[in-house]
Amino acid sequence: MPDRGPRGDRPRLREIFRAFLFVGAASFGGGVVAYQKILLTEKKPWFSVDEFKAMLAISQTMPGLNAVNIAVLAGDRLRGAVGALVAATALLLPGCLFVVGIGLLYLNDPGSAAATWFLVGVAAAATGLLASVTYRLAEGRLLRLNYAAIAVLTFALMSFSGLSLPEVLLIVAPIAIFLNRPGRAGETDAD
Amino acid sequence: MLIKLAGTFILLSVLAVGGGTAVLHEMQEVLLAEFGIGPDVFVKTYGIGQLAPGPNMTMVTLLGIQIAGAIGAVVAGLAFFVPSSVLCLCVGRIWSRIGETPWRRAVQNGFEPISIGLMGSGVYAVGKTALLGPITVALAILSFGLIMRGRANPMLVILGLGSLGGLLAYLLPLWR
Repeated sequence: MPDRGPRGDRPRLREIFRAFLFVGAASFGGGVVAYQKILLTEKKPWFSVDEFKAMLAISQTMPGLNAVNIAVLAGDRLRGAVGALVAATALLLPGCLFVVGIGLLYLNDPGSAAATWFLVGVAAAATGLLASVTYRLAEGRLLRLNYAAIAVLTFALMSFSGLSLPEVLLIVAPIAIFLNRPGRAGETDAD
Repeated sequence: MLIKLAGTFILLSVLAVGGGTAVLHEMQEVLLAEFGIGPDVFVKTYGIGQLAPGPNMTMVTLLGIQIAGAIGAVVAGLAFFVPSSVLCLCVGRIWSRIGETPWRRAVQNGFEPISIGLMGSGVYAVGKTALLGPITVALAILSFGLIMRGRANPMLVILGLGSLGGLLAYLLPLWR
């Protein structure tokens, strides 16, 4: 079932592990997907840009982190389910070790006021970062009435109604998919 | 406890439409209600996640530690990352067999504004806890501006502003 990359033989599991471990360790400050694109289409001859875009589209449709989903899809196409497991594990391993390591240091010495305030500063700056990422994603599209209405409705229900996430999704997902059903105008924004 | 922990993160995993930020709000509320993880602990853990390489949601392992120790890290990590990955693997295979359909596009287009709304509520949830006063609000505005303006490396912005803000907050407690 897993098809080969456009050129060459199927890479070995060890090679997949090393490649994704590098992305997991080197991609600081978000933007993991951009690193993956360079890795999978330029550094390694594993996928064409079109194939990568197709995997990204599926990753964005499915729940879960886009970067993890891309690792799963790429690993599966290169070496089947084991390849998917290896790719996703390698991608997450450096971050998990970092978080657990730093976290344990911090939890064992919570009296350190400097560390506490550094993290408060980081969280505050990250709020701005997160806001800009969200704004960038929505830029230009919020002018479309359907788009803006769904985004605002989702935001309001989630933030202020006290409904849980599953309840919010049960309300907004059918509406949103119906508004975007095949054959409707407005589905021309394919990337 | 471990089963409840697993259940919580499995649910968050399959509901993470558009990525981890989409479930931040729900995660914060559920962890407070079910496990007593307060907003201040949540925000500091989130800060550590921001500093980590790779996907920032690896912070779920640290949340797991604080709830149930080392085994909690393993359970939370597996519960958060495995279900959505298995789902994606299966659906990816089906899709590569049947090819692109207009309905996949419809689902993606429909989910896009939903994930924007969810991300917005994630920003709101983190901001409500992380922004304590003038200094932290200024930090958030500054980092928003720096990143919107151009090619500033997000990691350097966060590290730089985090250090600066942390120092100011430490020295000027009334202005935090």
